[in-house]
Amino acid sequence: MQWIPVCDKDELIPDSGICVKSGSQQIALFCEGNGQQVYAVDNLDPVGKANVISRGLLGSAESVTYVASPLLKHRFDLKTGICLDDENLRLRTWQVRIQGNQVEIRH
Amino acid sequence: MRRIVVVGNGMVGHRVVEELLDLKGAGEDLAITALGEEPRPAFDRVHLTDYLAGKTAEDLNLVAPGFYDQEHVSLHTGDPVRTIDPGQSTLTTAAGRTISWDALVLATGSRPFVPPIAGHDREHCYVYRTIEDLDAIKAASANSRHATVVGGGLLGLEAARALKELGLETAVVEFAPRLMPVQVDEAGGRLLRRKIEELGVSVLVDKNTSRIVAGETSRHMMEFADGSTLATDMIVFSAGIRPADELAAGAGLRQGARGGFAVDDSCRTSDPRIYAIGECAVWQDRVFGLVAPGYDMARVAARQIMGEDARFTGADMSSKLKLMGLDVASIGDAHARTEGARVWSFEDNIGDIYKKIVVSEDRKRLLGAILIGDAAEYGQLLQMALNDIPLPDQPESLILPAGSDAAPAFGMDALPDEAQICSCNNVTKGEVCQAVQDGCTAMGSIKECTGAATSCGGCAPLVKQILDGELTRQGIEVNNDICAHFAYSRQELFHIVKTERIKTFQQLLTSHGKGLGCEICKPAIGSILASCWNEHVLEPAHRSLQDTNDIYLANMQKDGTYSIVPRIPGGEIDPDKLMTIATVAKKWNLYTKITGGQRIDLFGARLEQLPFIWKELTAAGFVSGHAYGKALRTVKSCVGDTWCRFGVGDSLALAIELENRYRGIRAPHKVKMAVSGCTRECAEARGKDIGVIATEKGWNLYVCGNGGMKPRHADLLAGDLDRETLIRYIDRFMMFYVETADRLQRTSTWLEQLEGGLEYLRAVICDDSLGIADSLEKHMGELADSFACEWQETLKDPAKLRKFRHFANSSDPDDRVVFVRERGQIRPAKDTEKPLKMAIRVNQ
Repeated sequence: MQWIPVCDKDELIPDSGICVKSGSQQIALFCEGNGQQVYAVDNLDPVGKANVISRGLLGSAESVTYVASPLLKHRFDLKTGICLDDENLRLRTWQVRIQGNQVEIRH
Repeated sequence: MRRIVVVGNGMVGHRVVEELLDLKGAGEDLAITALGEEPRPAFDRVHLTDYLAGKTAEDLNLVAPGFYDQEHVSLHTGDPVRTIDPGQSTLTTAAGRTISWDALVLATGSRPFVPPIAGHDREHCYVYRTIEDLDAIKAASANSRHATVVGGGLLGLEAARALKELGLETAVVEFAPRLMPVQVDEAGGRLLRRKIEELGVSVLVDKNTSRIVAGETSRHMMEFADGSTLATDMIVFSAGIRPADELAAGAGLRQGARGGFAVDDSCRTSDPRIYAIGECAVWQDRVFGLVAPGYDMARVAARQIMGEDARFTGADMSSKLKLMGLDVASIGDAHARTEGARVWSFEDNIGDIYKKIVVSEDRKRLLGAILIGDAAEYGQLLQMALNDIPLPDQPESLILPAGSDAAPAFGMDALPDEAQICSCNNVTKGEVCQAVQDGCTAMGSIKECTGAATSCGGCAPLVKQILDGELTRQGIEVNNDICAHFAYSRQELFHIVKTERIKTFQQLLTSHGKGLGCEICKPAIGSILASCWNEHVLEPAHRSLQDTNDIYLANMQKDGTYSIVPRIPGGEIDPDKLMTIATVAKKWNLYTKITGGQRIDLFGARLEQLPFIWKELTAAGFVSGHAYGKALRTVKSCVGDTWCRFGVGDSLALAIELENRYRGIRAPHKVKMAVSGCTRECAEARGKDIGVIATEKGWNLYVCGNGGMKPRHADLLAGDLDRETLIRYIDRFMMFYVETADRLQRTSTWLEQLEGGLEYLRAVICDDSLGIADSLEKHMGELADSFACEWQETLKDPAKLRKFRHFANSSDPDDRVVFVRERGQIRPAKDTEKPLKMAIRVNQ
């Protein structure tokens, strides 16, 4: 496990997601506000089996920040990757940090 | 097998067959034969006049498809019954059928009464009861200038309005000294007369027609007992009805003093195996000329036949209607005939309102009422009269204008559970309350569940009050909040954004919300902001609000690729543009399909390809089709009178104009429109949110139709409009919908939930009852003028274009997107067809 830079921090879009590639792995990065908090989860929607999680809408319920998949609107907790609508579903998550100008993933 | 024969297939005759089938147990052997004199199955005679305003016979049809094709159920139309032989238990028909019966139901209805005036049988003299009568009247109107209606009752005035709308000079001749003598008094009649004359219909009261002879400058000359005359070209008799009881004598059935089959409380005639219901029946010397008592008799007869107990106990003949735009309501003893009755009345000759209440001698009970010009209190007053609710101390406050002394309306709690709220469908207060307890918490579900307020809609305000009361009683808070982040409904948020000139989601969240927002409120507010200010949806402040379809201005498909729909207004496209689409599709290897909205959908575009594809499309003049947005999709059309032999209007030019006017405007949900060039309706406009159909005189505007999951025929909002008025009405309608509907609410459900329904909508759009028409038009005009193609704008902006990449750190494509070929085109590969390395990992 090591911190791997994946992209320039300016690529992040406030309150939205982007997708980066680390090796063959597709990772969705979500930026809450102007970067107060950044999350990294698997880009693959386990229900629709398509790489679209990064294009979902960011939302909040109580204290949970989640992404709603654009396919069938399943919501996944961005911290834990657990699906709020079906506890058997879970997205893989990674630690993420901003180092200087770079976004880094622990991979 | 028990054979039940129903004679007459009008509204009541059809209803009794429905009631019988509802009651029939699974194992019961029952054969039902229905016989009708008219050439068509039962139709909604109550709304007969709508046929002249553009509705078709099919629209008025009351019989569900296949209803009379069920096993042991049959209907013979156009075959009147000639004789009944109770001894043999048979009957014979005009066509020579002999049919045996075990139980017989007579629902032969009534015939219009034509006074035996000399000359009443001249050509171009009509009655007003069947669709065939209306066809004849319509045909005659084409070569007539002046029409006269004999009879100033409810139906006569309706006929007069219809004739006026057919473009004829119209007169109403009434024998009594006032119009609608049964329902209203002298003062009410005066107001009614003035309003009707304002509409251009001349009114002659106190006129006894003595004969009709050939005219000199017109077809007929009517001569009256007072020596005056009236020149006219056609005459419609509407002077009351007589029960159609011709079968009584031959069958030996007892008749009422003034005709009709005499029946008892069980709706049996003097032969206990023969029942009579509806307008052909006489109960306690009374004939009931309304449909609700007829339906009640149908219910009683069906239960009696099936061995259950049910009794007809008479009916309240109170009524409320809209006559030529004027509310007219009459309750109970409207003429104060009860001994000792006292009267309060209120007359407003400026606002054209007349109200009167009749109360008992002790001033404790309401006996009757008349309301003209404003019948808002009808529901309340009717319930007070029917349920003996004690009057307030100052009964006059019930009809005085609000503001002088607020009317102390009684609470719904005062009504007993048995109180009938919806008389059309016999729904009681108890049933409405039960429905709420069973989980119906909105007007829409109450209507669906109980049937209340689904016919004339007059009881809708009462049903709403009962609903609200019951919800409060159960401690259920009616929560219209859009989501947990905003304690406001969409309509309230729209108002806040517009009046406080809020331009971004963050601004609104800070001032009126909490949390981060969610997938519910973000797109809804994104749409509201777009409807109000029309800024590009991909501006940094708006981008994160959009659903993926709006973010990439294309429609996401199951594999994460997108489909592209260029706008093809009205479905009109020249060969060069077709070739552009073909070239683009071929170059980018896209799957192509013709859509239901008369355009072409291109599937299988990767995110990063979208700008390149659109660059080629916009270069050829295409603009975004907004297939991805909650906005106007297409305006479907036929070729209209440009090509079609039958066309009467240029539907294509209008469709293109409408599509170009309303394209790109964000709405609570998608909006579909269509324009047909004639009543053949090839563009299927009545299945759309807004449908326009060409007529000989202009355009008919239909609204709130829907195809899809819950089909609904659009309702006629206004008829024979010129182009300018049509577009103004559509402007108002669209903007009113955009401002007031809930998120993701199509126009059809919006209308169902709209208090006051179609009448209210028509008042707002056509009569500007809220005084907002100008502002709606202005707002729509601004939106139309500020249109910019979202794709053209995006292509000009490198910052926006930069986001059309699958990876922020690589130009590789998504390797899970794999196509295979089928029928000569691509389609997404199934998991089993993808290379093994892409097998899905099981996530822990």
